[in-house]
Amino acid sequence: MAEVLGRAVAWLIPLLLVLLPLYALYKRVDVYAAFCGGAAEGLALLLKILPNLLAMLVAIEVFKASGALDMLLGWLTPIAQALGIPADILPLAFLRSLSGSGALAMTAQLVDEFGADSFIGRLAATMQGSTDTTLYVLAVYFGAVGVTRSRHALAVGLLADAAAFIAAFWLCRLVWG
Amino acid sequence: MLGAVWVLLLVLGFLAAAYQGDIGLVTQGALAGAAKSLDLIWGLAGGIMLWLGLLALLRESGLMAKLARLLAPFMRRLFPDINAENAALGDIVLNFCANLLGLGNAATPFGIRAMQELERDNPEPGRATDSMITLLLLNTTAPTLLPTTIIALRAAGGSANPAEIVPLAFAASLFGLAVGLLAHWAIVRWGQGNG
Repeated sequence: MAEVLGRAVAWLIPLLLVLLPLYALYKRVDVYAAFCGGAAEGLALLLKILPNLLAMLVAIEVFKASGALDMLLGWLTPIAQALGIPADILPLAFLRSLSGSGALAMTAQLVDEFGADSFIGRLAATMQGSTDTTLYVLAVYFGAVGVTRSRHALAVGLLADAAAFIAAFWLCRLVWG
Repeated sequence: MLGAVWVLLLVLGFLAAAYQGDIGLVTQGALAGAAKSLDLIWGLAGGIMLWLGLLALLRESGLMAKLARLLAPFMRRLFPDINAENAALGDIVLNFCANLLGLGNAATPFGIRAMQELERDNPEPGRATDSMITLLLLNTTAPTLLPTTIIALRAAGGSANPAEIVPLAFAASLFGLAVGLLAHWAIVRWGQGNG
């Protein structure tokens, strides 16, 4: 199942790479300038991400190198094992709703440590991709229009995150178990 | 909130290192983390710029607007209290499409514009409407067909097929969205939903 899915998706990006510029050319877009303009936006985005990434990685590395993470995971492991969840993924599940760049850094960390095509590496990437940073989105969207009474927005947002993580775990186990 | 989590990680790290009798671990960890962030950005940079370049073509060629029209009927069902002429609907569709394509940065301005339209028709300004919470859920779960950062990250990590997680992440995201929406509707229908 993973192979078929993988092969279908492997075609997706090459096709996009060819068809999108062709279509834009047909629509008389100045394709080269437009592409470069988009890439420049990417550069600005990277500059915005870097300080966040650095701040979070410093804190995460201190937390890890000091042995604090191992202590915490030691306490959480029995609970996770009872539920059939690998303990290494727990910190990511906690961080995902709080910090997009922090969770991204942790996903990168797990991919680096276990390998991109390990079960943990795949699960971390799937979880990372299955939801956005609920607290950040709430702050930005409601903050932008001055909504202060958010009613049950945060509760249903966090519930949706939890549901997405559980679904990601079961799907990964089904495909790569 | 994020600041509190950040400080908590640092303080717990400090305490754990002191407890283990090797405070130098804190310094080592901090410097290692700082160095790692640059490695990480370097690995991601090419992929992100490539995708944002391609997505600019999508926008400029008008394909994104076409996608928006395609999804409009579906959106009307999700937002029953917005009438068809409301400008918010177009922005909501563009916001959803941008998320679908992994364009978080493009999605945000559309989403904020939609929120502003919704707030203008809000009978109780300052209190989130049902549609606002639905729009928020669409953005916190953010179903994405092209999670470009993650694909780039997996590619940088040496994956044989970096995009293979996409269908799973998308399905998990839709499941999260469905659960969130059901809870939202249940609260609106049977709960107080005040606050």
